[in-house]
Amino acid sequence: MTTTAGTLPVEKHYATGILRWLTTVNHKDIGILYLVSAFIFFLIGGIESLLIRLQLGTPNNTFLSPEAYNQVFTMHGTTMIFLFVMPLMAGFGNYIVPLLLGARDMAFPRLNALSYWLFLFGGILLYSSFLLGGAPDAGWFAYAPLTSLQYSQSHGMDFWVLGILMTGVGSTVGSLNFVTTILNMRAPGMKMSKMPMFVWQQLVTSFLILFAMPSLTVAAILLFFERNFGAPFYLAGQGGDPVLWQHLFWFFGHPEVYILILPAFGIISEVLPVFSRKPIFGYTAVAYSGVAIGFLGFTVWAHHMFAVGMNPIADAVFSLDSMIIAVPTSIKIFNWIATIWGGKINFKAPFLFAVGFIAMFIIGGLSGVSLATVPVDFQVEDTYYVVAHLHYVLFGGSVFAIFAGIFYWFPKMTGRLLSDRLGKLHFWVMFVGFNLTFFPMHFLGLLGMPRRIYTYGSTYGWDTLNLLETIGAFTIAVSILIFLWNLFVSLRAGEKAGNDPWDAHTLEWTTTSPPPAYNFATIPTVHTRRPFWDQKYPALATEKNAPPAPAATATAAIPHLPAGSFYPIIIALGLALAFYAMIFMLPLAIIGIVIVFAGIIGWVAEPR
Amino acid sequence: MSDIAAQHEIETGSLGVDNRKLAIWTFIASEVMFFTGLIVTYMVMRGRSTAGPYPANVLSVPLVAVNTFVLLGSSFTMVTALSAIERGDARGLRRWLIATAVLGLLFLSGQAFEFISLAREGASLSSNLFGATFFTLTGFHGLHVFVGVIWIAFVLARAFRGGVTQDNHLAVELVGLYWHFVDIVWIIIFTVVYLLRA
Repeated sequence: MTTTAGTLPVEKHYATGILRWLTTVNHKDIGILYLVSAFIFFLIGGIESLLIRLQLGTPNNTFLSPEAYNQVFTMHGTTMIFLFVMPLMAGFGNYIVPLLLGARDMAFPRLNALSYWLFLFGGILLYSSFLLGGAPDAGWFAYAPLTSLQYSQSHGMDFWVLGILMTGVGSTVGSLNFVTTILNMRAPGMKMSKMPMFVWQQLVTSFLILFAMPSLTVAAILLFFERNFGAPFYLAGQGGDPVLWQHLFWFFGHPEVYILILPAFGIISEVLPVFSRKPIFGYTAVAYSGVAIGFLGFTVWAHHMFAVGMNPIADAVFSLDSMIIAVPTSIKIFNWIATIWGGKINFKAPFLFAVGFIAMFIIGGLSGVSLATVPVDFQVEDTYYVVAHLHYVLFGGSVFAIFAGIFYWFPKMTGRLLSDRLGKLHFWVMFVGFNLTFFPMHFLGLLGMPRRIYTYGSTYGWDTLNLLETIGAFTIAVSILIFLWNLFVSLRAGEKAGNDPWDAHTLEWTTTSPPPAYNFATIPTVHTRRPFWDQKYPALATEKNAPPAPAATATAAIPHLPAGSFYPIIIALGLALAFYAMIFMLPLAIIGIVIVFAGIIGWVAEPR
Repeated sequence: MSDIAAQHEIETGSLGVDNRKLAIWTFIASEVMFFTGLIVTYMVMRGRSTAGPYPANVLSVPLVAVNTFVLLGSSFTMVTALSAIERGDARGLRRWLIATAVLGLLFLSGQAFEFISLAREGASLSSNLFGATFFTLTGFHGLHVFVGVIWIAFVLARAFRGGVTQDNHLAVELVGLYWHFVDIVWIIIFTVVYLLRA
């Protein structure tokens, strides 16, 4: 029945063991590398959040010094955004997008490896700052003049700038790859209007990265020049402008919010239809509302800056614009609810996380609309109300969706199912812990508790709520331990998944679990939006032009798969060396640059 | 036969474009945003220096105008190189690519000369906002020209080994797209920084 499964002989030129992982250019290997590394950074960032909550659990606490607290909260934010959610979504994208498209790999396998190594070394560069004189300490938003040499004297912010640049180059290269792959490597018959929803959101996300990241790159380069070569860009005393940083940063920073959430929307849009046993409600509306969010995301950056003192017209325009984004977002939410409505629901862990996502994201979205209202923003700017909002969209949103995706695709990646019983326990503990941690922050914000303070007195009435939040944070930690246990037992002895454990809709489930290196023995031909479902149940097909059973189009030929390559890791390593030299001894950067150059020569000369 | 057909399909892609060409266009779109950031920073900071040297006193329009013509000329030689190989003229390709690289190096030399004379007048990254924004913007453009010259050298090396032919000359197209983009950016920088310097 399934014409796309089956085995083919593969050219044997693959390294094994550790060499395989260092040289791999296969999109599934790289996807796994991304997922695992990003998850480790999630655990590190999570430990940092526990340190923060321990410090804030009681008033006048001295658990962390102010200096240590600044470093920990800066690294917590930086890690969760740049080293966890972005690369983890890139991991899903790498693993799943070519499978969803019916392709054998990404468009540029070696570039794909390069983007992973740039991310990993960028993360290591950032974290090595703890050992080399102190971590970044000016917040993940790195506002001038906190970042100036006068206020941040360690090398921490230099590490931050270069680490962000390095992961940024990685994301840019990765996005080039995604755009090319998605636009150009769809299976025969898969028009844009038949692409799976995760692919749609990944496409929009990639464009957002390509157009938003350069602004952060510019901002970071200017900051590096200021700190190291005395260029007075953000120094008001010499005519510079700290607000320039805010504009450049948020012109990146707001699209970044959608870079973190659109792939999550994509995951939800894959999971809900499968577990409701219905096609997604309003395919076109869900796809184009993602595109609309992408466009609008570039027009609202200054809503992060209402309190800076722009003129009232600008405030009004950005406020209105920001509220307009609620429209396409609501379109998505109503379509998801309509997808579930009347479905024959398969109440498994991925579904639970997806529904939890919708509920939590709505709360985060509503507090977002309230923050877009200028007078409200003036009142709660820089308080815990903002912290509550951003965690409801990024944890309640992205993280719940990430777990939905992990429970959904884990069987495809490993061949084994995660325990559903442990998954549901994990969900409920995390759900309770999450709300216990972040819901009281709304009230603390309204009570006037500022963000980023390392301690507070006991006379403000903040004690009980802060203690509750700390208990909540440790509850979340327990849920993550349950998940790690689930991973451990399921990898060892989980239930065998088979090709299609969820009775799913899309092409990745037509091949084996885990898929062979070449994904599909025969490249499938696609006629509908749910190619696999319509192939399994022709009588239930909802699209008119769905043929009864798609036939194999071509006889199987041995697919040529590129061999592994050392050059991606060499180039990334050279760049990392050059960046270390830029911090400590500029002339030595030439060594790193020579390595990069040698890597490029080898790359070009390598026979493919 | 079906194998070749399948291979062909993958190379031309769902959009009927080669993957590499699509990627270069996308990359250029991203680069537009990068230079937009630098140019906007220059414009916002214009006239805010609290100490000299000021652009009206130190920038030499005649020198840079000549340099601009050099770079514009290199776009012409690049087009000629592509047109040569499209006609199957491998020698013409090599000749015009060398000319392009030489013009690129000439531009970089002109820029180096300009930077040195500006430094003599006391302008540097740390002198004032003009120095900071000017050297960052034009320096990153110069870096892009430099990368372009190296890229041309790679294509030339391939051309000398006979790896670029009438049927297979995508490498020339790709470097050409990048080169013209860098050229166009310079036209904007020349206008903003030199012609509107007051």
